[in-house]
Amino acid sequence: MEFGNSGSLREDGIHLDMDRLKKGEVNLGTSIMAVTFKDGVILGADSRTTTGAYIANRVTDKLTQVHDTIWCCRSGSAADTQAVADIVKYQLELFAMRNGKPPTTQTAGAIFQEICYDNKDRLSAGLIIAGWDERHGGQVYSIPLGGSLHKQPYSIGGSGSTYIYGYCDANWREGMEEADAVDFVKGALKEAIKWDGSSGGVIRMVVLTAEGADRHLYLPDTDYKVRHV
Amino acid sequence: MPGFDFSNYNRNAALHARGVPLPKATSTGTTIVGCIYDGGVVIAADTRATSGPIVADKNCEKLHYIAPNIWCAGAGTAADTEFTTALISSQLELHSLSTGRKPRVVTCMTMLKQHLFRYQGHIGAYLVVAGVDPTGTHLFTVHAHGSTDKLPYVTMGSGSLAAMSVFETQWKPSLTRDEAVKLCADAIESGIWNDLGSGSNVDVAIITPDKTTLRRNYIKPNERTQKLKSYAFDKGTTAVLNEKIISKADLGNFVSVHELTEESGDKMEVDT
Repeated sequence: MEFGNSGSLREDGIHLDMDRLKKGEVNLGTSIMAVTFKDGVILGADSRTTTGAYIANRVTDKLTQVHDTIWCCRSGSAADTQAVADIVKYQLELFAMRNGKPPTTQTAGAIFQEICYDNKDRLSAGLIIAGWDERHGGQVYSIPLGGSLHKQPYSIGGSGSTYIYGYCDANWREGMEEADAVDFVKGALKEAIKWDGSSGGVIRMVVLTAEGADRHLYLPDTDYKVRHV
Repeated sequence: MPGFDFSNYNRNAALHARGVPLPKATSTGTTIVGCIYDGGVVIAADTRATSGPIVADKNCEKLHYIAPNIWCAGAGTAADTEFTTALISSQLELHSLSTGRKPRVVTCMTMLKQHLFRYQGHIGAYLVVAGVDPTGTHLFTVHAHGSTDKLPYVTMGSGSLAAMSVFETQWKPSLTRDEAVKLCADAIESGIWNDLGSGSNVDVAIITPDKTTLRRNYIKPNERTQKLKSYAFDKGTTAVLNEKIISKADLGNFVSVHELTEESGDKMEVDT
């Protein structure tokens, strides 16, 4: 199996490179993010998956449920992130049955981390875990390539995220209202899609609150203005 | 010394380092498609198998049986699609027998993706999985590395771009059975004409809750016609410059002859 040699873990941090992917592998050259707000947390993602220059799926769902109100955003290899999410989904279901109560977002993050860290040489998976639980409300954890786990007020990821660090830093506020948080996520992803060639398609969002999970869909046909579903 | 013998591996690595290419596997440089319609799902495939630039089989089967209500279209390495579908088909039947339930498409898809993920893409099977089960109609793609997608219409293989262009221009949300079959057949034909890796005929499978209909060679747009003239050479076309006849008795002067007896048992069987 031929690997590129430009992806590396250096002293100044992790250097992600598309060459990390095996030849012909399906890639989520992505824009993903998750943001905490007053009543919970919102996950957002574009919908493009690519194999080289070809768009293998233009309406992909990169927001994956691993428990009732714990979801994750996937970036990197489609195969790797699906496999990891499937394992964690199973572990969390088992956890809920054994303990008679739903797992916390932190627990989910820790299970994700264990898999990502133990298999760091084999995986190319950049994950953002977001969840709502009774004890802590909305929380966001990110797991970049090396398998470290970071609790953050909001997190952005994928190839498109490089274009929106400024936007997010300028526009994010602590404890936003739901509508404002939705507009923030949508505005950020619109920019990421605009500037990043590997991101595109529709904008998908999941809002996690005490009420449960609520899905949003915004299409480029209407300039992402109208909410479908 | 106990343990595995890696001498062949070392030989191959050394050969490869000196520029000897790896042997070519027969690959189905293929066009395969699938499309859901109101009341079922249709999958289709071309029938060309290639080995490098050579057409290895002009009419191979790329629609694989998984269960009566679940079928697979395969692209990639022919042997890998053949064996992975056969393996999962077997496991799914045993699973169905043990649970006493009909096999489900998601079960099949999960087993395929977990099997392929374990082999990290070394099993070169790219599959379109389609079927109808008690939970409804389903259509998936499974890539060799183990990633899956769920869509109302899908294409795979080298002809996937040609086929997808047909779907993207002609597909609509509500289709009848005949419209879906026509759409899939048109998509495959687009692959047959516009993709070098695809060719020959169109195979179609239609899966409904009641039954599966396999339409082998649904369209044959590349039938061989009678040659316009015979290319057999007339006797005497090649001039005879000289002729020498050697009798059996003199044969020993040229080669060593061993006569076989009846009892020796070594006598070659000859048609009577």
